[in-house]
Amino acid sequence: MSVLTFNDVLETTQMITHHNLDVRTITMGISLRDCGHPDVKVCADKIYDKITKKAEKLVQTGEDIESDLGVPIINKRISVTPVSMVGESCDTNDYVPLAKALDKAAHEVGVNFIGGFSALVDKGYTKGDRNLIASIPEALASTDVVCSSVNVGSTKAGINMDAVAEMGRVVKETAEKTAANDAIGCAKLVVFCNAVNDNPFMAGAFHGVTEPESVVSVGVSGPGVVKHALEAVRGQDIGAVAEVIKRTAFKITRVGQLVAQEAAKRLNTQFGIIDLSLAPTPAVGDSVAHILEEIGLESCGGPGTTATLAMLNDAVKKGGLMASSYVGGLSGAFIPVSEDAGMIAAVERGSLCLEKLEAMTCVCSVGLDMIAIPGDTSAETIAAIIADESAIGMINNKTTAVRVIPVPGKGVGDKVEFGGLLGHAPIMAVSKFKADTFIARGGRIPAPVRSLTN
Amino acid sequence: MRIVVTVVGQDKVGIIAKVTNILANNQVNVLNINQNIMDGFFNMVLIADMTDSKMSIKTLKEHLDRLSKEIGLEIRVQSEDIFTAMHQI
Repeated sequence: MSVLTFNDVLETTQMITHHNLDVRTITMGISLRDCGHPDVKVCADKIYDKITKKAEKLVQTGEDIESDLGVPIINKRISVTPVSMVGESCDTNDYVPLAKALDKAAHEVGVNFIGGFSALVDKGYTKGDRNLIASIPEALASTDVVCSSVNVGSTKAGINMDAVAEMGRVVKETAEKTAANDAIGCAKLVVFCNAVNDNPFMAGAFHGVTEPESVVSVGVSGPGVVKHALEAVRGQDIGAVAEVIKRTAFKITRVGQLVAQEAAKRLNTQFGIIDLSLAPTPAVGDSVAHILEEIGLESCGGPGTTATLAMLNDAVKKGGLMASSYVGGLSGAFIPVSEDAGMIAAVERGSLCLEKLEAMTCVCSVGLDMIAIPGDTSAETIAAIIADESAIGMINNKTTAVRVIPVPGKGVGDKVEFGGLLGHAPIMAVSKFKADTFIARGGRIPAPVRSLTN
Repeated sequence: MRIVVTVVGQDKVGIIAKVTNILANNQVNVLNINQNIMDGFFNMVLIADMTDSKMSIKTLKEHLDRLSKEIGLEIRVQSEDIFTAMHQI
């Protein structure tokens, strides 16, 4: 049989049929830099027209590739230029019409999320940034598939504490405006430090200013495949575990690379990057937490979690890097609580708390993600959580993020159901000690020193 | 384009005949067949060339899906590209 062996073929088909191997997303980045106009209605029309033209064949192409290669491609998505920049020249303070144009365009082309209702304010605000951030709660409440992100800090600029405080309030307001749906708006809102320009994953995807006119990037996945591969090295030393993860990540990423190249070719656009992420889903057998437990933890969140996660994250990168010519995006193991059956179970059995999750974010991608917290958590406390997470990103020169959902009317012990890939989550406890005075100070945390790194 | 057809399930008489009959009727040329019985289960990996076929993978898949339901075995058809990408550097 040519160069392929019988076992090679069966291994690949088993990864797909039994261990949830899939390509998590094909994301098309589209520049909207030519869509600005003083009249917001004209700007909205230009946005709609450009997206529906550029992404007209995105979903069909994704489905065709899925059919030809026989590997599921779960999501087809779009990211656009941060709308704060696109809307800046509009004679209005209200950018909700632009969000609605994104939503309408996304529905028209059939993608399940569109990201880029975003602003980058690590050093301060422009007029467009202020307008966009003020529009976020209403924009998320009045659209279905629009995702929003705000970058509040970076290693080179420090942390904009005014923006941190404001985002605490925006998260709360978004929760209140979407209270009828368990604050689903907050599941579509990410606060970043060191946001990347080419992230294909939602809710934080936007098409950065250094990106070309349009580009196709792919996010791979495969926690289930890694977990299954590790079952073969039970009892062996940790070096053997790292080696298996590397080999598996290589194979997974090669599939992503193939899909990305094929998609770029068929869509007649540029291939951007492969995002080497282990992205879990709520499905059984597709959990990052279960990988850590397979390595030898009784329950994710207990002692040993940070070390195993660090090794996993590093090995995934080492394996994936060789498999793709262009790696970018967030590239690391994700630990979204509501989207990972093992994480949910760990919270329910009491081994995983917010503070341990914060420690875990020091060694993996991306941050405190999809965590439901009590509805009475104050805006200041949420801002302080954002500040802590941003500080980890700023000092460690990595992307960190906060996507917490303060669910109105719910407290610790309650559960919340978001549905689909967003999963469900138990409400997690938040420290009752306040940071209100710190948050009220505002200003900017200076950029950190890059030597003397202890 | 080269394709890989995999068939997995309970062994019975005539599996290969039925699969290759569909391929032959649609000008898909078989290049290699490897088949064995593992733990009582029939496993077959077939590599074929569909350059001369007027059919798309998608349509061929629909034909094989019908056969799959008829004989109660799992049949997959995929471009060879995914296997070479994963297993060859």
